[in-house]
Amino acid sequence: MDLSKTQIDHRLIYEIIQPGARVLDLGCGTGELLQLLAEGKDCKVQGIELDEQAIYQCVEKGLSVFHGDIDSGLSEYPDKSFDYVILNQSMQQVKRVDYVITESLRVADKAIIGFPNFTYLSSRLMLFFRGKAPITPSLPYHWYDTPNIHFLSIADFRYYCRVKNIRTLKAYFLGKKGLVRFWPNLFALNAIFLISHDKLQEN
Amino acid sequence: MTKEKSVGIVKTEYFTFAEHQHELKLESGALLGPITLAYETYGQLNQEKSNAILVLHALSGDAHAAGFHSGDKEPGWWDDLIGPNKGLDTNKYFVICPNIIAGCKGSTGPCSLNPKTGKPYGLSFPVITIADIVKAQKHLIDYLGIKKLLSVIGGSMGGMQALQWVASFPQCVCSVIPIATALKHSPQQIAFDEVGRQAVMADPAWADGNYYDQKEKPLKGLAVARMLGHVTYMSDKSMEEKFSRRLKDKNYSFKFSADFEVEGYLRYRGDIFVKRFDANSYLYITKAMDYFDLSGNKLIHSDKHLDVRFLVIAFKSDWLYPAYQSQDIVRHLKIKGIDATYCEIKSTYGHDAFLLEVEEEAHLIKHFLHKTFKG
Repeated sequence: MDLSKTQIDHRLIYEIIQPGARVLDLGCGTGELLQLLAEGKDCKVQGIELDEQAIYQCVEKGLSVFHGDIDSGLSEYPDKSFDYVILNQSMQQVKRVDYVITESLRVADKAIIGFPNFTYLSSRLMLFFRGKAPITPSLPYHWYDTPNIHFLSIADFRYYCRVKNIRTLKAYFLGKKGLVRFWPNLFALNAIFLISHDKLQEN
Repeated sequence: MTKEKSVGIVKTEYFTFAEHQHELKLESGALLGPITLAYETYGQLNQEKSNAILVLHALSGDAHAAGFHSGDKEPGWWDDLIGPNKGLDTNKYFVICPNIIAGCKGSTGPCSLNPKTGKPYGLSFPVITIADIVKAQKHLIDYLGIKKLLSVIGGSMGGMQALQWVASFPQCVCSVIPIATALKHSPQQIAFDEVGRQAVMADPAWADGNYYDQKEKPLKGLAVARMLGHVTYMSDKSMEEKFSRRLKDKNYSFKFSADFEVEGYLRYRGDIFVKRFDANSYLYITKAMDYFDLSGNKLIHSDKHLDVRFLVIAFKSDWLYPAYQSQDIVRHLKIKGIDATYCEIKSTYGHDAFLLEVEEEAHLIKHFLHKTFKG
């Protein structure tokens, strides 16, 4: 599978997921990532998406998708219905984040969480020197038109996992030019975490 | 829709079964036979017999879903969806649409002659259920030599039949498309049906259902039932757009004639309906809908994994079969681990949207079927 034209976060998530896995993508958008996983890794995929037009595009791709919001879309699934739940760039938009993550780790062994890092260097500079709400490539909205209702840093998410006894199996940090290895909380625009309950070992 | 894009001239066919000593055993325990089913087919059945789609009609529908009857100007009731290159593409699929039992459009119903008496059944026709309707359809599918249907699809009561197919014959369907429907009739839905039935039965001409050889038929009662039905099929917004408070004439009449366009429309709808529908059929069919209940574990009762795909469609302004009822179907499918897609289409048409908001509906159906057919 040629991934050279695939956006980097999708490429990373694609690499994380085991072939043949059962995958639920919360906020799957128009289904590019799910299509990639279904065709390239023979995964059994399901999406949940709020936008009606995006649903049509998912169905065009032959994907199974539920039209609805993420907050109320998980409770019916029996425990461990999936191997992975994906929350890529959608966690910051759900109302009850803690509930959604808890539910994700109930219905799946592992969750993949991708989110924009609020404490990226230029965000800090905008806040500190200009005294204005930051606008960055990963948080490109004005305060009045943003769909995001939660703002967090990589350090915030690590702290959350520690408090909730959630184990980080893998973490990737993305900057303007690929992966960031040093001081991600300062230099990463986006982060992708692979998490599971504390007792679960990777693979 | 022009004739070029349609399946062209079509003819209704008839299939008779459940002859003497092979009568169909109904859910009530009663026996019914012989049974004739009127049905139409569009497209060609392939050699593997793997491209057959069963289209199931709603309360007032019939077997004439697409194309034109010779001499007719109006096509079948779902012609926008069924035809070459349409949502149900007759270049690829073999589409079958039967009229339900208890109907009055060619299939055996209360207005048919009871062979035992030589007279119309009337109220001696047994009360039937959606499961009975589907059981009769299974005989037709067997007769056509089809072991497994590529899909069963229908809106409203047609959707109930589609769901019933999974409950009754889970191994005989590859996919199911229930549209604007429910796992069970709610008290509100039963209430509307009951008012309709009471309107029919309050008409003195109904005469306990024995009106077939009478001069007077219960047309007024049936027309009122249909008028009420039409109100529930529209939405507040679609009625505002269609009629607003427009008057038929310039001024109020200060009489009880139809001043408003909406009154005239409902009267007109009632009047044309009674020309094509039987009052007793209306009673039997609405009762079958009210008895429908596949809640709990009744939709998918086996614990074994069922290899069937669902496309569940609801419409935002539909208050007769609200989206929460479709979401309830989806909830059941999630619990059972069944592959499913759900879409709530934005529309102002109300319940009628499944017949009118065809573009989005056809788009979903076309791609869903393609995936089901090609795997």
